[in-house]
Amino acid sequence: MNWTWFHKFGSPPHIYRIAGTLAPWFGWPAGLLIVAALYAGLVLAPPDYQQGDGFRIIYVHAPSAWLSVMIYGVMASAAAIGLIWRMKVAHAAAASCAGIGAWFTVVSLITGMLWGKPMWGTYWVWDPRLTAQLVLLFLYLGYMGLRSGIDDLARSDRASAVLAIVGVINIPIIRYSVEWWNSIHQAPSVMKMDRPSMPMDMLAPLLMMLLGFTLYFAAVMLVRLRAEILRRERSASWIKEALQ
Amino acid sequence: MNSAANPPHLVRTGALAAALKVLQRDLRLAVRRPSQLLQPLAFFAVVSLLFPLGYTPELDKLRAIAPGVLWVGALLASMLALDSLFREDAADGTLEQFLICGQPLVGLVAAKTLAHWLLTGLPLTLMAPLLGIALGVPVAAMPGILSSLALGSVTLSLIGAVGAGLTLGVRRGGVLLSLLTLPLAVPVLVFGARATELAIAGESLTGPLYLLAALAVLGATLAPLAAAAAVRIGVE
Repeated sequence: MNWTWFHKFGSPPHIYRIAGTLAPWFGWPAGLLIVAALYAGLVLAPPDYQQGDGFRIIYVHAPSAWLSVMIYGVMASAAAIGLIWRMKVAHAAAASCAGIGAWFTVVSLITGMLWGKPMWGTYWVWDPRLTAQLVLLFLYLGYMGLRSGIDDLARSDRASAVLAIVGVINIPIIRYSVEWWNSIHQAPSVMKMDRPSMPMDMLAPLLMMLLGFTLYFAAVMLVRLRAEILRRERSASWIKEALQ
Repeated sequence: MNSAANPPHLVRTGALAAALKVLQRDLRLAVRRPSQLLQPLAFFAVVSLLFPLGYTPELDKLRAIAPGVLWVGALLASMLALDSLFREDAADGTLEQFLICGQPLVGLVAAKTLAHWLLTGLPLTLMAPLLGIALGVPVAAMPGILSSLALGSVTLSLIGAVGAGLTLGVRRGGVLLSLLTLPLAVPVLVFGARATELAIAGESLTGPLYLLAALAVLGATLAPLAAAAAVRIGVE
């Protein structure tokens, strides 16, 4: 079997070029989808019969919460690939994921708090999902702290990769333990999030937004990956050619 | 010819024997420097006694928060002792000897983790009933507190060993070490505090105890591998 395609993925100039080509192909559809989903979600979708217009923040809240977890998975996968096959580009990809994931976690926390004010009457409730998101934010902060705490790049890559893998094993355990903890401590919350069936005109914008956010993540990740590769390879000779 | 490759005066040591030697060495070092052993205990006591002063001296109110106080105190005290788990051995070259001695690093790291538990987790567990009394915990709850803390502190030591290995290359890694390990310790805290709460209420605590045991088994299976990988990265 011919493995050159695989080895090409380990080559920074190749990935730098591919990322540059692909980024707009993710970025433009992401922009269009997000704008369309905002219009569909904020204008076209009917108000909720209980929450009125307040529910509309779900179109930002739920996709960013979903992405915050998914990006950790992508980051840990990239880190594992980097650790196992000693692929520098994979480590660079993991490094460029962390910041985006942390920001999506912050966005989901802030929108969750804003949603909580009218629904629960307070900005913060120790709701299991909010709590798990908060722990996830600390996992991201720890990952980024470890990455910046070690000066040697190769060592920082590999140490943070081990942490990302440990974290990805722990995320489901943390989520379930927090849910279990909360179900004992607290009476059922006022708001019931899991509606059995969401009408199509409410659900469609949500799915569009989810796809839009995912594509946005891919585009931003590729741009950040290019920057990360430039930073790491700044003394390599191919950089001069690439930048001309 | 064979004797040159394998000189007779060198005794081949098995992996288990090597791990036991590391355990013995760590315990002996700790006994010779008892202050290191006592500091986490003193820390645990001071933290727990701050609550009656800072919150209220009424035992009824203290009893309600006792599970949280005991577990957070034990968690922080165990974390405090982690920084010294690998740092000195990294500084004086012992860890490099671990890497080149031909023994599986996982076993040696697991032995050091076990030593950490014997030197901090176990004493903290044994001290918890004493502090519990000061927080208004009934004597009948002590077996439950002892068993849950004994199980939970094993997992804390295992998680901590991974964090201590990862922060080997970090200058002044103490704060970072806490940031790395505390989120991972959330499940232990949740189940441990719940077990303690049930013990104080006089109810059956087998549910959370089983979960704590499951976490300890999972940790004992995976954490030494991660900690050994971390130590290898930190020393190389």
